[in-house]
Amino acid sequence: MSTETILSFEEAMEKYDPVLGFEVHVELNTKTKMFSSAPNVFGDTPNSNVNEVCLGLPGVLPVVNKKAVESSILIGLALNCKIAEHCTFARKQYFYPDTPKNFQTSQYEDPICYDGWLDIELEDGTVFHVEIERAHMEEDAGKLTHMGGATGRIQGADFSLVDYNRSGVPLVEIVTKPIEGAGSRAPELAKAYVAAVREIVKNLGVSDAKMERGNVRCDANVSLRPYGQEKFGTRTETKNVNSLRAVENAVKFEIQRHAAVLDSGVKIIQETRHWHEDTKSTTSGRPKSDADDYRYFPEPDLVPIVTTAEWVEELRATLPEPPAERRKRLQADWGYSDLEFRDVVNAGLMGEIEETIAAGASAAAARKWWMGEIARRAKLADVDPAALGVTPAVVVEIEKLIAAGSINDKLARKVLDGVLEGEGTPAEVVQKRGLAVVSDDGALQKAIDEALAAQPDVADKIRGGKVQAVGAIVGGVMKVTRGQADAGRVRELILKTLGVEG
Amino acid sequence: MAAINRDEVAHLAQLAHIEMSDDELDRMATELAVIVDSIKSVSEAAGDDVPATSHPIPLTNVMREDVVGHVLTVEEALSGAPDAASGRFKVPAILEES
Repeated sequence: MSTETILSFEEAMEKYDPVLGFEVHVELNTKTKMFSSAPNVFGDTPNSNVNEVCLGLPGVLPVVNKKAVESSILIGLALNCKIAEHCTFARKQYFYPDTPKNFQTSQYEDPICYDGWLDIELEDGTVFHVEIERAHMEEDAGKLTHMGGATGRIQGADFSLVDYNRSGVPLVEIVTKPIEGAGSRAPELAKAYVAAVREIVKNLGVSDAKMERGNVRCDANVSLRPYGQEKFGTRTETKNVNSLRAVENAVKFEIQRHAAVLDSGVKIIQETRHWHEDTKSTTSGRPKSDADDYRYFPEPDLVPIVTTAEWVEELRATLPEPPAERRKRLQADWGYSDLEFRDVVNAGLMGEIEETIAAGASAAAARKWWMGEIARRAKLADVDPAALGVTPAVVVEIEKLIAAGSINDKLARKVLDGVLEGEGTPAEVVQKRGLAVVSDDGALQKAIDEALAAQPDVADKIRGGKVQAVGAIVGGVMKVTRGQADAGRVRELILKTLGVEG
Repeated sequence: MAAINRDEVAHLAQLAHIEMSDDELDRMATELAVIVDSIKSVSEAAGDDVPATSHPIPLTNVMREDVVGHVLTVEEALSGAPDAASGRFKVPAILEES
């Protein structure tokens, strides 16, 4: 692997204007494959989810999965695309053992969805308008494992083993138009765009959307041009960048690499690049060549898909609220500041807080618990706050106990301990652990008398008018009652005992 | 449509992974030229009012419900494979990635 010379990102940005483009492949979570009734399941025994169609045996007839078509239309609608009234499938010919047919069934001239857009909001609130060129239906390829030679790498492999379970899994490929004007935000925008697409398909329920499983895969196109130049520079396509962080890093690296190449007076070669997570760099794949002549032609075994307005509208009516709009609505409803809301989103707690509020907590209380005590404990336990074991119902019940004066904030944390240790509901924990606030004035009075007797000098100061000294007595009472007293009530009783006006 | 020449045939043969001798390329160039001409006459017959079609029968929306059907066993799936190992198809290492 050769080491590439790169410029610093800042220097690259001073000299060149980046243009981006993305191809995102989304695997649909239909029960069966795109063109066959074999199961679409991840992780099963190799070659156990295939039939004659997936293996491309002679004489088989593919039949389109209606659910996959509907999922594709839903994705198109969520991306503000137009839905083609009439579209066809095409064969994309290439020789590689990941497809047993020597062609991939895809769409070419007439994708089912086209001309869409998506507004991408970056973390600081800056919005980029990304135009979608098309979203078309196709099928996934099989999985190759290269054996011998360097582990898992194709270079030096002796042979490859093929599992066709993934062969024929429905895919929707979403292609953007060139994205100009991102400037130094390009890497951030790349990450945010892929995150937004992933969020949309997950929200639609049409894909499991797990990048680590390859449900959402991104090919990132990058080119640079001098500022002020209209014509795009030569682009490279970095393949299969399969985490959000990798998308950001790959775009950043390619910008830096292009800039160094252009600075040295050499032309960029139009080629695919491979992203390496270990070195955080790309290496040359293969140059665009004759092999890219895919000789597309209409798939003779599949008839056209015709969408009626009625069918499309029926599907549109099932669209969930778009994630970005949902965020705006929830922030407004809850009255959180931009910063507060962003923290909630970044902590992945929007859903939990929404449920907690729906279950009866105030927006402030829901945020206080989830972003405070629960997040703190989750961090200590190194788990997601949502996975800690606290449910919205627990938060609501604790809040109710506080509001009723049964417990205070300090006791509430002990109640949480009990809930997390499986001692039952908050009320049950209060009962079992004897955590209720001591509200019996008689018991409090006894503790107060003791505290005053233990610190006679303080008692004298208070009698003499130094009311702020009451804190020391309150502290003594809280200690004796193990924090189970209402501090406000204790203060009142102390002053009353000493005959001093609060 | 221009007549197909020998270089184009050689290019197509390469794309299709078909090994062809010089003689075969010459002969195929002539034969394909005849076929291209025949297709040309079809294009001439169809006016602007005839939409492009890829199927002789005007069928649309032949779809199935998303229900799991016929599946092969691993043994059946591999039964026609020239070579197999560890329940998978074994193929020569191909350096060119798709």
